[in-house]
Amino acid sequence: MSVRGGGKGQGLRFSPWNLLLIIPFWILITPIYNREGPALFGMPFFYWFQFVGIAVGVICTATVYRMTRDKPTVPAPGRDLDVDDLDEGSAR
Amino acid sequence: MNELQWPELIIFGGLFLLVTVLGFAASRWRAGRTLDHLDEWGLGGRKFGTWITWFLIGGDLYTAYTFVAVPALLFGAGAMGFFAMPYTIIAYPLVFLPLLRLWSVSRSRGYVTPADFVRGRYGSRVLATLVAVTGIVATMPYIALQLVGLESVLRTMGFNAGGLLGHLPLLIAFVILAVYTYQSGLRAPALIAFVKDTLIYVVIIVAVLYLPAKLGGWDSIFSAAEAKFAETESTSDGVLLNPNNQLQYATLALGSALALFLYPHAATGVLASRGRNVLKRNMSALPAYSVLLGLLALLGFAAVAAGTEALTNAATGRVDTNTIMPKLFDDMFPSWFAGIAFAAIGIGALVPAAIMSIAAANLWTRNVYKEFLRRDATPAQEAKQAKLASLIVKFGAVAFILFIDPQFSIDLQLIGGVMILQTLPAVAIALYTRWFHVWGLIAGWFVGMFWGLSLLYGIPNPAAGKEHFGGSALALDKLNILGWQPFAGSQVQIYVGIVALVANLVVAAVVTPLARRAKVFNGTDSTEPADYHADEGDKDLRPIASAG
Repeated sequence: MSVRGGGKGQGLRFSPWNLLLIIPFWILITPIYNREGPALFGMPFFYWFQFVGIAVGVICTATVYRMTRDKPTVPAPGRDLDVDDLDEGSAR
Repeated sequence: MNELQWPELIIFGGLFLLVTVLGFAASRWRAGRTLDHLDEWGLGGRKFGTWITWFLIGGDLYTAYTFVAVPALLFGAGAMGFFAMPYTIIAYPLVFLPLLRLWSVSRSRGYVTPADFVRGRYGSRVLATLVAVTGIVATMPYIALQLVGLESVLRTMGFNAGGLLGHLPLLIAFVILAVYTYQSGLRAPALIAFVKDTLIYVVIIVAVLYLPAKLGGWDSIFSAAEAKFAETESTSDGVLLNPNNQLQYATLALGSALALFLYPHAATGVLASRGRNVLKRNMSALPAYSVLLGLLALLGFAAVAAGTEALTNAATGRVDTNTIMPKLFDDMFPSWFAGIAFAAIGIGALVPAAIMSIAAANLWTRNVYKEFLRRDATPAQEAKQAKLASLIVKFGAVAFILFIDPQFSIDLQLIGGVMILQTLPAVAIALYTRWFHVWGLIAGWFVGMFWGLSLLYGIPNPAAGKEHFGGSALALDKLNILGWQPFAGSQVQIYVGIVALVANLVVAAVVTPLARRAKVFNGTDSTEPADYHADEGDKDLRPIASAG
């Protein structure tokens, strides 16, 4: 097993965009939506609201993907970028 | 034997034949240099792109049993059964980041199973073996459940006999599945998943548009459900949650989401993908299946409105609520369309069953066989061993269904969810930090496992006439920590898995500083920080299917 040149990253890389991933967890707070009305197409609020929850989840994960794709990391300071850093996270 | 439903059978048989041909042809699909390596047989060459991964993981997680059992749950209990929605909503944001790290470290170190990672991270045979065995034990009943799903369809089509005759179609289907999985490995379910999911999407979209129109709209469907739940004596059912089961709803969703990618078969689907971006895209694309699952779940209420009645299983003599969905399709649709729906469910059982058996076989081979029985096994020997193990796993699952009450598989799967959660600290947390001491993790595993099991054992289900293993909802009143009952008198329910996981983490956190102070050896970490960020295209990435 080769040791990758220069150790190209620290243990944890963090982008503030990742915080968006917390939003979908609101769906665990059942009192928000455990009610009959307003109904939509005859469906109680409880049911259609959770379909909205799926959409919110997708928007959050898709946003994080888009925003972290091309600038995945804060480069470690004081170190020359090597070619891997430039590749990291790019589509191909 | 009931009267056979010929048009349904012919369509079912034709589609089954199609996937059989695909299953065998899969061995040549995007073939690598050799199939005699676990990277190839067990992970399809680690090169699946976005679409294949979407079909594969979708086919893997949203199983036939899910499609049969979730609507049956709504049919029986109402809102509580809808927990599958928050579960799949939070699952993807939850695993988005850790899965990428798992993929990268596995790709750069050649890990095939989660237990491989634990072995590399902690250098501990004990911990890795615990993780591997937990994975195998949790997966086995899951495979058996796929058979329950398949059999509910076969019985609805008329193969509802007692004894061995009633099981024969199931046996034939499974032998075929076993043979092509043996030959083609993970490529077989990946290819078949295309057929399975296309069928499922078509069937559910048609059903969701057609059935409400026929039954007078969602309005009258929900009114019928409300009327049904008002009649029953039970207070735990209903179209909405009640004060006592809201916590159970949320914790069951959270626990299931945490457990989802700890299951070996989910990890297999993830590790088979080509790169990090493939996974990221899938975290946004997989919820499409959740929409489908949610709509399908609501058909459980449609079955109430339609007055569907479950079949009595001729083998056990009990009413089998899992036949509600197939019966609804049988009653409400022309037989040719019911045939397509049944094929969707039937093939939907084969895909996850194949992936699960491959995942269990990988665990056996890498973490038991190579660890204890044959430490110098070559990659070709590993592949051979895994192929054999996949056969044994599948026939073990069939034997489960044939000789033991299917209810036992359902109970075991419930237990399996609680068990697999106990590997979370060793697998998921270890992806981020090595703060926990290896002996802390081991101690936590034991406490979480045994406490979780004993809590499950103590939960009765009077409605089903069971004294033990009656469900996963624990009344807080029963929570007893060494004689201390913090919530005595409360009837609020919580998911056992979460309780056991908290105990697991607390013990691990307490033992960790003790073990450090006693200077107990904490294993050797053979991974490097950069491993957790490796991606396809890195110039010094480990070659796929390389030796050692």
